Amino acid sequence: MEEILEIYKTTTAEDVKIWFKAAKVSDFPKNGGACVKYKEKQIAVFNFERKNTWYACQNVCPHKMEMVLSRGMTGDQNGIPKVACPMHKKTFSLENGENLNGNLDSIATYPVKIENDTVYIGFSE
Amino acid sequence: MKKIVVIGNGMVGYKFCEKFVASEKFKEYKLTVFGEEPRRAYDRVHLSEFYAGKTAEDLSMSSATWYEENNIDLHTSEMITEIDRAKKTVANHRGIKYSYDYLILATGSSAFVPPIPGVEKEGVFVYRTIEDLEAIEAYAKKLKSEGKAQAAVLGGGLLGLEAANAVKELGLDAHVVEFAPRLMPRQLDQGGSDILQAKIESLGLKVHVSKQTDFIQGNGAIEGLQYVDGTELKVDMLVISAGIRPRDEVAKECGLEAGLRGGIVVDNRMKTSDDSIYAIGEVALYNNMIYGLVAPGYDMASVAVSQITGEIDNLMIDHIDMSTQLKLIGTEVASFGDALCDSNDIDAIIYENKRSGIYKRINISKDGTKLLGGILVGDSSDYNALFQIYDTAMKLPENPENLILGNRSGDGGSLLGDVMDLPDDAQICSCESVSKGAICGAIENGSCDTLGDVISCTKAGTGCGGCKPMVKDLVDATLKSLGKEVKDTICEHFEYNRQELYDIVKLKGYRKYNEVLDTHGKGDGCEVCKPLIASIMASIYADTANEEAPIQDSNDRFLANIQRNGTYSVVPRIPGGEITPEKLIVLGEVGKKYDLYTKITGGQRVDFFGARLDQLPKIWKDLIDHGFESGHAYGKSLRTVKSCVGSTWCRYGMDESVSFAIALEERYKGLRSPHKIKGGVSGCIRECAEARCKDFGVIAVEGGWNLYVCGNGGANPKHAELLAEQIDNETVIKYLDRFLMFYIKTAAPLQRTAKWLDKLDGGIEYLKQVVIEDKLGLADELESEMAALVGNFQCEWTQAIEDEEIMKRFNHFVNSEEPDDNLVFVPLRDQKMPEHWK
Repeated sequence: MEEILEIYKTTTAEDVKIWFKAAKVSDFPKNGGACVKYKEKQIAVFNFERKNTWYACQNVCPHKMEMVLSRGMTGDQNGIPKVACPMHKKTFSLENGENLNGNLDSIATYPVKIENDTVYIGFSE
Repeated sequence: MKKIVVIGNGMVGYKFCEKFVASEKFKEYKLTVFGEEPRRAYDRVHLSEFYAGKTAEDLSMSSATWYEENNIDLHTSEMITEIDRAKKTVANHRGIKYSYDYLILATGSSAFVPPIPGVEKEGVFVYRTIEDLEAIEAYAKKLKSEGKAQAAVLGGGLLGLEAANAVKELGLDAHVVEFAPRLMPRQLDQGGSDILQAKIESLGLKVHVSKQTDFIQGNGAIEGLQYVDGTELKVDMLVISAGIRPRDEVAKECGLEAGLRGGIVVDNRMKTSDDSIYAIGEVALYNNMIYGLVAPGYDMASVAVSQITGEIDNLMIDHIDMSTQLKLIGTEVASFGDALCDSNDIDAIIYENKRSGIYKRINISKDGTKLLGGILVGDSSDYNALFQIYDTAMKLPENPENLILGNRSGDGGSLLGDVMDLPDDAQICSCESVSKGAICGAIENGSCDTLGDVISCTKAGTGCGGCKPMVKDLVDATLKSLGKEVKDTICEHFEYNRQELYDIVKLKGYRKYNEVLDTHGKGDGCEVCKPLIASIMASIYADTANEEAPIQDSNDRFLANIQRNGTYSVVPRIPGGEITPEKLIVLGEVGKKYDLYTKITGGQRVDFFGARLDQLPKIWKDLIDHGFESGHAYGKSLRTVKSCVGSTWCRYGMDESVSFAIALEERYKGLRSPHKIKGGVSGCIRECAEARCKDFGVIAVEGGWNLYVCGNGGANPKHAELLAEQIDNETVIKYLDRFLMFYIKTAAPLQRTAKWLDKLDGGIEYLKQVVIEDKLGLADELESEMAALVGNFQCEWTQAIEDEEIMKRFNHFVNSEEPDDNLVFVPLRDQKMPEHWK
């Protein structure tokens, strides 16, 4: 199952070759997440409305390889934006993907931009 | 730099190193440690946990790198065979020599093997090291494969009983053979031993007392024990646990003064007859005694360290306390002070309850002023308090029997009164010798702020752990006395506890999470405070989980329980477990239509598994069209009220338990609370509904219902306690309204009713005063709040499928109609299950 992880690689704004048009801003819950399909990838996208910031990461939780992170609860730990997996409450930084309450592998994160009320996610391929 | 050589790396040898490292003069010394076992020091007190799944590493006293980090040379599997006192050197079994300035003998003891003919036979073991346990385990395995299973343990003392339990854990029939007429002869009197024996025999162990073994039968391997009285016991294995002998060979050989029956003589500085050599632990003969407990060994280590470094003139106390409190084969046993005292100068007060397996004895001075010692079997919860009274020679109360019979005046006061009344030098943690003064001082001088701080800085409670409740009480009381309230804040975003937040939300009328966070919190919130505030708002405004979905617990957000592969389970409500055949057929049809794994739950309903997120609304539409509604199986809310069939059918039934269970489930269904709530109604005292394992349980008796509250099953099962007797249906509902609402308003997050009651000052008696006597004058308010919640109930799944906005939540993708393509199911007994986690 680990091969699932191989298609998810952290992408920075500089790496972006394609800005994928995902959905309307209003399609996403405020201060919560939803899942976007891009080719064979599942990407969790979170709208931190309180800070007017968006984050994106792989939908698969590296703990048990289930496609669930978009259904997790968002928040922050000492100012670091995070998501808690709904399966076992593993928490991950949405800034750098680091597992904040354990030693799991980091999750891949992706840049998000908003233009004309539309959410775009950045991919390198 | 001075050289210190430590011979022996057991618990006491390790403690010596630990204390030395903590000394300010540590840098002036170089420690070299020799241990003959292959691994570094481990916790021998909890050795039997090795069979319960603990590894040697779990039992280890230190991390693998501890010695290296502290610049200590540890030589494992190395035996010191010679001490040359004139040259101040030791030599190992290979003849390599090491010089020392100070030598520490911490060689401990070995199992004493009595000179019974036949002890050399195959299948005879001692119980001392991890290697012994491994050998016993291997032999037990071999026996079982040959269809043999009888094993005896020679010795009914503390360690012997531990060994017997370990042998039983290995799947053998365990026999305890004791020479004395009773078990634990050093700690217990006959009455205490009888209760202990009955208790452990009920668990399947066999006890043979007053048996002296003449020889061991068998040709090559053991076949049985031949007793002196002519009888015999056929066994396939024998574990000897008949006491200890100090490991004093190498010390004796170099001419150190030794006792007649072994042990190296030490003074109160732990010094042997050679000024440069100290002995500590079970090899040391102090006051002409060998002390086979870890606590005095630790004290000796401490004394030796301070004598060598010269920091303080710490001397070993004259009278060493041999009090013990432990759990043996699931039975609490404690003995303190002069427990067996038979002289005429005492009065013994004895309480014996064979039905519940409890024996308590206290020995009181003739003048009735002092507690001299005592024994507790079956329930040692009073040990800490009794020990303090004994140890600090506190004056006894007028009715000393209350010390073991409990305070029967009903005011809920503790035996000891206030823990803060103890003198400063009262020893709270005897394993680590920590006094009350040290614990309170650590907070008062500002170095500690929390229980965790105090434990790591004083080490109190890190040994057997028996003193922890008292340490916590002292920490809380000291913090309070300094005006530092013990704050149970919910998370980093709010400086409030749940009850305070409940009051804030209610008072200010907040309706949105962000309003509460903006005015009373900080940051972006988290997975702790969001669902907590959602739950509070639900309890105040009768909100369903569809209100502000992103702050609801992740199961509530999708109105279903997430399962192993990220699919969900579906549980419709079946009140009281009563269902018509027609509705049962509907459930079957729905399960078949969506290909769901189907199972009956413990709460008398049906659970469907394997529903994809996008399937949930379709399944629920079908169920709702046929008259079902949400079972709230996903919620921190009322789940079910389980019932037995009651007087409608049962020939023993006293009342209609099904009818009442349905009424209660309909009343409280979906009631959002700090944790899940379960109920039960039984039609008679046979209790087929298992109502006393629930948060509330109602049992029909002559003249009405008995109402029990605050029970649960789960990891820490607890029976519900009696709140009221022989009351009618209306009164049950009135009391339940008050009880549930009081719990909802005051409990901590994720605290079930049993734990809540446990923490409630005054316990069940106080709860009775609040619920029945309305001591707080809250009854009307609690009842009207509950009435509002009951009156505003809505099925949240009905609400969901009627609202297009809510339905959007159940698409797996926000930009595609496709379902999750990652799911893999495999067949299982004509149904399906998720593929195994890799």
